[in-house]
Amino acid sequence: MDNKTVNQKAWFFILPVIILVAFNAVIPLMTVVNYSVQETFGNNIFFFEGVRWFEQILNSDRFHAALLRQLRFTAIILAIEVPLGVAIALTMPKEGVWVSVCLVFMAMPLLIPWNVVGAMWNIFALPDIGLLGHSINALGIDYNFTRQPFAAWFTTILMDVWHWTSLVVLLAYAGLRSIPDAYYQAAKIDGAKPWAVFRYIQLPKLKRVLTIAILLRFMDSFMIYTEPFVLTGGGPGNSTTFMSIDLMKMALGQFDLGPAAAMSLIYFFIVLLLSWVFYTLMMKDEAR
Amino acid sequence: MKKTSIVPIIYILALMLPIYWLINMSFKTTNEILGSFSLYPHEFTFDNYITIFTDPSWYTGYFNSMAYVGINTLISVSVALPAAYAFSRFRFIGDKHLFFWLLTNRMAPPAVFALPFLQLYSAVNLFDTPLAVALAHCLFNIPLAVWILEGFMSGIPKELDETAYVDGYSFPRFFVRIFIPTVAAGIGVAAFFCFMFSWVELLLAKTLTSVAAKPIAAIMTRTASTSGYELGLLAAAGTLTIIPGAFVIYFVRNHIAKGFALGRV
Repeated sequence: MDNKTVNQKAWFFILPVIILVAFNAVIPLMTVVNYSVQETFGNNIFFFEGVRWFEQILNSDRFHAALLRQLRFTAIILAIEVPLGVAIALTMPKEGVWVSVCLVFMAMPLLIPWNVVGAMWNIFALPDIGLLGHSINALGIDYNFTRQPFAAWFTTILMDVWHWTSLVVLLAYAGLRSIPDAYYQAAKIDGAKPWAVFRYIQLPKLKRVLTIAILLRFMDSFMIYTEPFVLTGGGPGNSTTFMSIDLMKMALGQFDLGPAAAMSLIYFFIVLLLSWVFYTLMMKDEAR
Repeated sequence: MKKTSIVPIIYILALMLPIYWLINMSFKTTNEILGSFSLYPHEFTFDNYITIFTDPSWYTGYFNSMAYVGINTLISVSVALPAAYAFSRFRFIGDKHLFFWLLTNRMAPPAVFALPFLQLYSAVNLFDTPLAVALAHCLFNIPLAVWILEGFMSGIPKELDETAYVDGYSFPRFFVRIFIPTVAAGIGVAAFFCFMFSWVELLLAKTLTSVAAKPIAAIMTRTASTSGYELGLLAAAGTLTIIPGAFVIYFVRNHIAKGFALGRV
């Protein structure tokens, strides 16, 4: 890391990226900041409101409920997808044609447009004509994700696990493949048990890719919108209304620009803060 | 076959179930879908697919989607290449902060940006064009491409650059003739991820288009809401959206396996 040469001209290499991203990020973000401190009654007439919208959002039950739902959802899917993904990566073949077969099939859910994922799971989980819904009901369990909040949560989480576990598998698999064979041979000579091999050889080597996997899954699940929106529409009631769905309802549904903008900034700030914590931890590891 | 191989097989079968169900639905008539529960189509029909392939309001959606995904992948990878090179080789004022700032854009929830984007792209007269969606998707794809490519490039020893200069290569010639071929696997992986995240994103794509550049995913949403409950048609359109992705994975499968092993992701 430290054998880089100091060269201020490197800025020119980065200029195109900065221009494009700044156009896309800074201008819209300023628009949001602008809205977040003003009140409008249409006709492009604005009144300065200061931090009123921020206070309103931070004190509203609706925001607390959405944030809590979001945190719970993210925690659950991380707790399922990461261990499951590592477990599957450990059992995958090491070489040969089967590697390609596994990779191609496992990557498929990742490349399906998100609304199709939602629509697919909707059809799959319908209680009367969907394979999943029909089977669960045939087992004698009353299941209807459009009416029961628990069933809606169960379906949403199952959908996300189906959709994204493969990403963790692919990353963990890449990490495992980068461990030199000599490590395993040494472990064999020492007579290490499979668990010891996992704990002291594979897991430390996986740390780096797993941090990336967790960071990516955290960011994406925290922004989840399309899949639950198509699957449940945020319902029944508000039970699966996650942060983005709530925000879109406020911004485009009710056109409450001020509060929506204030909520956007708070939302962005939360993602940023949590991601920053992950990122610094990751970089600290790398520097060592 | 060892006994551990049972786990990947079960996992893949579980992954295929919902996809099978979607394909199954796409070959059924509306009557059969709503009338009964059946594991395979009893009245096999191609009607849903015929509708999609003959109705311009359907198939243009695929072209629109492919257009912005293609433009976006091209832009993202080509501007990310020099930037990633700079991050992996040089130290300069603000490099670390800049890198994190880029990553923060990958963290920005699209829902936050939907409305400002609508206004921004209307203001520059790009609203309802594939280019608008392609540029908007740069928000999260450029940081990702830089991140991935930087990982790959850091894995290439600096001696490669130095030897080339000693041999009398100018920088542009070195970059195009030697460096880019060396990092080809990384470019493949970066392009794959750009394709993937642009192809699957809907919120921004839907917000930034109305008629002319409507992506296929948005057309499906419209069908679901306006023309009743045409599940068969919806399933057929959904099945067709899986095909480009499957193609891309098939072609890059070796790159991915190799790329995954070499680089950061």
